[in-house]
Amino acid sequence: MNAIKIPKPGHVNEATQTDLSQTDLSKIELSQTVGNIYADNAKMSIRNADIYYGDKQAIDNISLDLAKNQVTALIGPSGCGKSTFLRSLNRMNDTIDICKITGQFTLDGEDIYAKNLDPVLLRARVGMVFQKPNPFPKSIYENVAYGARIHGLTNNKAELDEIVETSLQKAGLFNEVKDRLNDPGTGLSGGQQQRLCIARTIAVSPEVILMDEPASALDPIATAIIEELIDELKEKYTIAIVTHSMQQAARVSQHTAYFHMGKLVEMGKTEDIFTRPSHKLTENYITGRFG
Amino acid sequence: MNSSILFFVLLGLTLFSYWFGLQRSLKVAGGAWHKKELTSLPQQFGLLTAMVCGLPALITLLIFNSGEHIVVEQLLTSTLPVNIQSLSNVDLVLYLNNIRSIASSETPANILQVLSQSSDLKNSSEYKAAFTLQELNQQAAWLKTALVLIIACVSVAVLVRKFSLTYPARQKSERIIRALLVASSAVAILTTVGIVISVLFESIQFFKSVSPLEFMFGTQWSPQTAMRVDQVAGSGAFGAIPLFAGTMLITFIAMLLAVPVGLMIAIYLSQYASAKLRAFAKPMLEVLAGIPTVVYGFFAALTVAPVIRNMGESIGLSVASESALAAGLVMGTMIIPFVSSLSEDAISAVPNALKEASYGMGATKSETVLKVLLPAALPGIVGAILLAVSRAIGETMIVVMAAGMAANLTANPLDSVTTVTVQIVTLLTGDQEFDSPKTLAAFALGLMLFITTLGLNVLALKVVRKYREQYD
Repeated sequence: MNAIKIPKPGHVNEATQTDLSQTDLSKIELSQTVGNIYADNAKMSIRNADIYYGDKQAIDNISLDLAKNQVTALIGPSGCGKSTFLRSLNRMNDTIDICKITGQFTLDGEDIYAKNLDPVLLRARVGMVFQKPNPFPKSIYENVAYGARIHGLTNNKAELDEIVETSLQKAGLFNEVKDRLNDPGTGLSGGQQQRLCIARTIAVSPEVILMDEPASALDPIATAIIEELIDELKEKYTIAIVTHSMQQAARVSQHTAYFHMGKLVEMGKTEDIFTRPSHKLTENYITGRFG
Repeated sequence: MNSSILFFVLLGLTLFSYWFGLQRSLKVAGGAWHKKELTSLPQQFGLLTAMVCGLPALITLLIFNSGEHIVVEQLLTSTLPVNIQSLSNVDLVLYLNNIRSIASSETPANILQVLSQSSDLKNSSEYKAAFTLQELNQQAAWLKTALVLIIACVSVAVLVRKFSLTYPARQKSERIIRALLVASSAVAILTTVGIVISVLFESIQFFKSVSPLEFMFGTQWSPQTAMRVDQVAGSGAFGAIPLFAGTMLITFIAMLLAVPVGLMIAIYLSQYASAKLRAFAKPMLEVLAGIPTVVYGFFAALTVAPVIRNMGESIGLSVASESALAAGLVMGTMIIPFVSSLSEDAISAVPNALKEASYGMGATKSETVLKVLLPAALPGIVGAILLAVSRAIGETMIVVMAAGMAANLTANPLDSVTTVTVQIVTLLTGDQEFDSPKTLAAFALGLMLFITTLGLNVLALKVVRKYREQYD
């Protein structure tokens, strides 16, 4: 799983021949991707990632960096592998038996697929918000307190109350629900539910938050609130967001990666990608010619 | 013609009338080329004709068969000599039985021969009556054949005469089919109602001699009553409390085993086991549910009970050779598949999104199971447990063989207890007269048991329904 990938004959990958454990990851050249995959201040770095579902290859030799305290948007047509890639960043794909992952994934320079690394602890550091709001069928309070409880973050009820309140505040939900913390979380509106899920994720104090189309099931107003929230959250967290909406990518992200058929076609600063894309496929996609 | 041959003739006639109706409708339309002018398909005409031919005749046959022997017997009795007609009811039945056995074992020629040779008056009158019976039976058979065939033919003839281009054969055949379906479901419902009513009436008989209060709250159970006045027998105490207490004790022990084990199996199979193992283990578990309970019964009585007894004695406890513990444990084993299979369904039905949310926050597998999956699946699991409980309460063979007959009112699982079902079995097996409180008590017990399990089933269904609403 954590083996360093040996380049396949077909690939023109000159820099990967050396021993990667001693190489500066940012020096690796990639022939496939145009633009700039490197970040000056990378929180997570992925090199030569391949992901297979059984015999089917979902991700083909992708390398990129997630810049610290910035938002990286992953865009691309349906089935291009962006969600699969996102889920590999906190090892959510481990729960799928037939999924096989190779390549190097690091968080602060630490291999997240290392044998001695506990995926449970990794997921506490790399949280995830899903496409469909999925609050537990418990009270609003219990939803947010869940992570703090399982990780033993608090010593008493007062500290737990504190965590719940600040998390809800950071998610911009506290004022709406402060009088009904004991009501079921499933009774909230879709947008509120999604913010509850974000609050639940922040309550564990992660370093990275992965968002898989967090606003695709929401109406425009709820979407705007979530987008504002993402903008605020990047002050404290590193964020990767998969989205189908190019406007959303343009509004909330600083970096954009364009995926196509399991390959990373182009990556760069969001303003560059949307104003002067270098690759024909990217241009076609963002101008709405397909996808 | 006897009934079964007649039935097959009728079947053939029905098949023929399908073809006949079809041809007639084509003729009405003016040949196969014009069949589009009919408002119904020719096949529907055929189907209608077939049903009109078969159904009334079949119903007649059924009614005739069920009423035949009563009428024949009446006629036969009226031909008997006066001194025999004036016999008491019981003796008359014996006499008629005698005649019937002669009539069915001897050929008419034999009987005539006996009649011509015999001089014994009593014997000859019986043979004479037997001869009459055979004649009557033969007449009845002819009558039946004629009646059935005439009804079949006449109804087809009447129907076919009405055929026209606009005849609604489709609607009519649909209506008959619907009536058939309704009749089939009525059979199932009426059977249930019949069972309840028969149990209810016998129970009322029982409550005439034993007060319901004594039955429901009495703590003494000894159903032996004296059959004759001078007989020394049990006092005839009908307090059902010890039986229900025994049932509850064994059920409790069974659930104590089945619920935790079944739940853990469900969790393992749904969350931890690989697909390959699950494909193997699930059918294996279902085999456990397929073992006949009588096999469990002798397993309990011959294997488990002695082991428990020896183990108890080795640590200085006195264990009855038939203990509630042995029966309960084996019964628990039997219902493990019920709990595990239904609970696994409930756990698997929890949306994957909830599971992923939990994993995504860094919860371990067991934390996810305990804090997210089980609470979300709880209604389904409760439903599974309640169904298992009602199964355990109604279970008979295991307890008959392993729990004993002594109606002890005890909470000690090492003691021998008895259950409601065991008592019903012992009250009704062997030669019994059906008017003593002893046998009637079985029906009262059955009624109570029926009400209990019905209540539990209704409760379980309610819980399950509530569960369904949650994720739809």
